[in-house]
Amino acid sequence: MTLKILPSRRTGTVGLDEVVVPRRHPWRWLLAGLLLLLVVMIVEGLATNPAMRWDVVGDYLFAEPVLEGLLMTLRITVLAMLIGIVLGGILAVMRLSGNPVLLAVSLGYSALFRSIPVLVQLLFWFFLSAVLPKIGLGVPFGPVFVEAETNSLISRFGAALLGLGLAEAAYMAEIIRAGLLSVPRGQSEAAAALGMPPGKALRRIVLPQAMRFIVPPTGNQAISMLKMTSLVIAISLPDLLTSVQTIYARNFLQIPLLTVACFWYLVMTGVLSVGQYFLERRFGKGAST
Amino acid sequence: MTEPVVRAEAVTKSFGHVRALRGVDLDVFPGEVVCLIGPSGSGKSTFLRCVNHLEKVDSGRLTVDGELVGYRRARGKLYELRESEICRRRADIGMVFQNFNLFPHLTVLQNLIEAPIQVRREPKAEAVERARSLLERVGLSDKERSHPAQLSGGQQQRVAIARALAMRPALMLFDEPTSALDPELVGEVLEVMRGLAADGMTMIVVTHEMGFARESADRVVFMADGVVVESGPPDELLRAPKHERTRAFLSKVLA
Repeated sequence: MTLKILPSRRTGTVGLDEVVVPRRHPWRWLLAGLLLLLVVMIVEGLATNPAMRWDVVGDYLFAEPVLEGLLMTLRITVLAMLIGIVLGGILAVMRLSGNPVLLAVSLGYSALFRSIPVLVQLLFWFFLSAVLPKIGLGVPFGPVFVEAETNSLISRFGAALLGLGLAEAAYMAEIIRAGLLSVPRGQSEAAAALGMPPGKALRRIVLPQAMRFIVPPTGNQAISMLKMTSLVIAISLPDLLTSVQTIYARNFLQIPLLTVACFWYLVMTGVLSVGQYFLERRFGKGAST
Repeated sequence: MTEPVVRAEAVTKSFGHVRALRGVDLDVFPGEVVCLIGPSGSGKSTFLRCVNHLEKVDSGRLTVDGELVGYRRARGKLYELRESEICRRRADIGMVFQNFNLFPHLTVLQNLIEAPIQVRREPKAEAVERARSLLERVGLSDKERSHPAQLSGGQQQRVAIARALAMRPALMLFDEPTSALDPELVGEVLEVMRGLAADGMTMIVVTHEMGFARESADRVVFMADGVVVESGPPDELLRAPKHERTRAFLSKVLA
């Protein structure tokens, strides 16, 4: 039998002296077809279902209360993440400091704030004034210098930030600690050998290198924080979800209005994901020793 | 006689149950180049790390420039130094590591000026000028904008030596500076070290390069099991060791 050299049609490569037949994947095609059919059915069903009231979705997408709620959601996300990152950083350094007191405090904090559901923490801060009507600053068991009503100190907004931010700090502490530990020991030794004090070595040598390992999971945390802010509905803070709920409580168009909320959550998560991509690129330089 | 730069008397150091140093006695005088040789696990590197207090000595006396490492003497007592004081003393001792430990997120030039600016508070222009002259000295003037990952091992180690020199140290410690290098890159690093030795730098070098020891060392110290077995001029120690342990080691490395 004679063999001819034929270019393979599918892969574009050339067999040495034989006809090359690429493997076929009939099941893949079948599965893809089925899924496509399913998606088309769902989209068609949703798009043509009059109960979906797409006109209502359109009407409320840029409605003022919705946009105000959106702004509130963004504000809580950013501020709670900031609290989480700063406090988490402090907790991580305490954990690695070698000071047994600081270590114990850090461990205790993480244990406490990771064991209690965030929703419970939110409610706790919100109702704190019931048991602690006034908060003051002074000498322990002695005179008090400044004092204020708990309710005026911790507003709904404050309770939301405390509830979400303090819990976030416990998780961020773990992420930052893992990042700091991922930098080889030799780096802090080299800094020490050059006479750099530990704090300065941490800031200028170890932390910049740890960022590569800290940024990606922090992006995930920010995205999950964005969605976790919807828990503030429990303390009636007017965020995105609370705003649409207020509207559908009046007009009973729950699904269309929840669709409005979903749309904005999708957009914000998309923006955060893009931001995460650029941050990772920024901190990836000089990678590998 | 001049005071030794480094004086160790009965220095011991344990890691858990492992006794790394079992009483090391060693003097290093100004301008002297001392090579520490010996089998792995003999305590050479541990001793070197004790000299700039990367490891804390358990017992014995270790002084650098007449000052006890890690302690301050006052009112007849020894006070453990605060971190800032330890740093101040370390700044005068240069150290070169087996794995270079360059800062990968900084360029070559930034690696060199980081400590002079941050620790010594030198003006930037001055630090840069000095860094450039050091890079020229180690033959890497064209690499000042590179990141460490873009350099070969030999180039990285030469940068590491320049980085240590940028602090104008009175003493240089080398911890197996050529052990992580490909064989063809060892020569360029040793050449820089030979230059330093010729300039009169006080150096303690932990090494397996017997050629360097023979040629550049004023004294070779053989360590085994955490003690100094014998020491002497390279010609004597390497050619006619007195101790059986030294002979056995040399016959293996020189074979």
